[in-house]
Amino acid sequence: MPLLDKSTLLTDAIAKIPDGARIMIGGFGVPGTPFTLIEELVRHGPRNLTIIKNDANEAGMGVDWLLQAGMVKRLITSHVGLNGNAIRMMNAREIEVEFVAQGILAERIRAAGAGLKGFVTDIGIGTLLAEGKQRVEMDGETCLIEPALEADFALIHAARADTFGNLVYAATARNFNPLMAMAAECTIAEAEIILPIGGIDPDAVHTPAPFVDHLVALPEQLMEVYGVVKR
Amino acid sequence: MSSSAKSRMLARAARDITPGMTVNLGIGLPTQVMNHVAADCPVCLHSENGIAGVGGLAAPGQANRNLIDAGGGYITCAAGGSFFDSAVSFALVRGGRLDLTLLGAFEVAANGDLANWIIPGKFAAGVGGAIELAQKARRVGVLTTHTDKHGNPKILERCTLPLTAVGCVNRIYTDMAVCDVLPDGLHLVELAEGVSLSEVRDATGAALIVPNGLIPTF
Repeated sequence: MPLLDKSTLLTDAIAKIPDGARIMIGGFGVPGTPFTLIEELVRHGPRNLTIIKNDANEAGMGVDWLLQAGMVKRLITSHVGLNGNAIRMMNAREIEVEFVAQGILAERIRAAGAGLKGFVTDIGIGTLLAEGKQRVEMDGETCLIEPALEADFALIHAARADTFGNLVYAATARNFNPLMAMAAECTIAEAEIILPIGGIDPDAVHTPAPFVDHLVALPEQLMEVYGVVKR
Repeated sequence: MSSSAKSRMLARAARDITPGMTVNLGIGLPTQVMNHVAADCPVCLHSENGIAGVGGLAAPGQANRNLIDAGGGYITCAAGGSFFDSAVSFALVRGGRLDLTLLGAFEVAANGDLANWIIPGKFAAGVGGAIELAQKARRVGVLTTHTDKHGNPKILERCTLPLTAVGCVNRIYTDMAVCDVLPDGLHLVELAEGVSLSEVRDATGAALIVPNGLIPTF
């Protein structure tokens, strides 16, 4: 039985994203950040976005392009320490920032992708991050209920894909990508190399294609920002 | 802190990293402990962005754009290393697979409370992975200067800043001393070479339990 070719033009894929969308963006620092999809999102220009990403990249890079374009209303993240512009905008209340412990952020996204409503944890008990959260007793211990975190769109960067949308990530560029790919209504992946169907060993697939809606090919010559090695 | 005092502190912390351990070194000072672990010591370094088996820092010009540690430094992967997503990475942390984590501190208390992520009104860039590392590693070491840049103690009876985790710290390494947090209080374990007991007492904002007899130096 043949499998669908999900190859989509960059502009067509990103044009689906409306004002007010909740968007997950893969990446931890530079590795795994879908810079080409973000750049096109800036060009497309929807407003009042909620962005869910581990970090805010650095000033002048990736998520910061969205911040500087005034497109972001709310940022859900684990830290923004490497982006002075994000810190400034947060302090000036130009954006709302919700900080989530990194592994809790990952697990909330994973839970949504797994069709769960949330999970129970003791992480954060006794700290500011527990404030306002629903509590529950488990095994005689007070725990927190962490709700699943889902999105309208996920923007993903893969090293390799086949045209059906099976994805393979490289090294620490994997990070949040496979979790976010599962947690959004519509998942758009950019890939450095796109192979014909059958080009990826089924045992080697990191994200199975049913989680991917649109596949965007990257040019052979990647934007310089993908190769930032000096900071 | 002089560079020799810093280097002695890093080397002292490195001595507690023993063969077979799985270890996470926090961003900043703790990451530098790696340079003081013997090259032939079999240790699995974890970084929360998704690697177990950090080889070391990538040589200039040899960086792989897809391979960094959680602090954003370009690294190598040791033979036998593995890559995984952020959910698996924190499953490893919360599931108790980390034998040791070394973290930085704004404040650390005699009861083992740690504050290292927010100074309200001054510094609030997010907690990253610190809460889970502090709360779930089997052993938590704090690496810090004994006092802040104004000379105020960073080791206190109780933290004044919002906590990262409650009662999580086992051992504190500073440029002046090594201290252990035990159920009966804060124990002085070792003194840095050339530092006196009274200097340490003056620089510490908590009561110190001092061993009988000669205090070992490092």
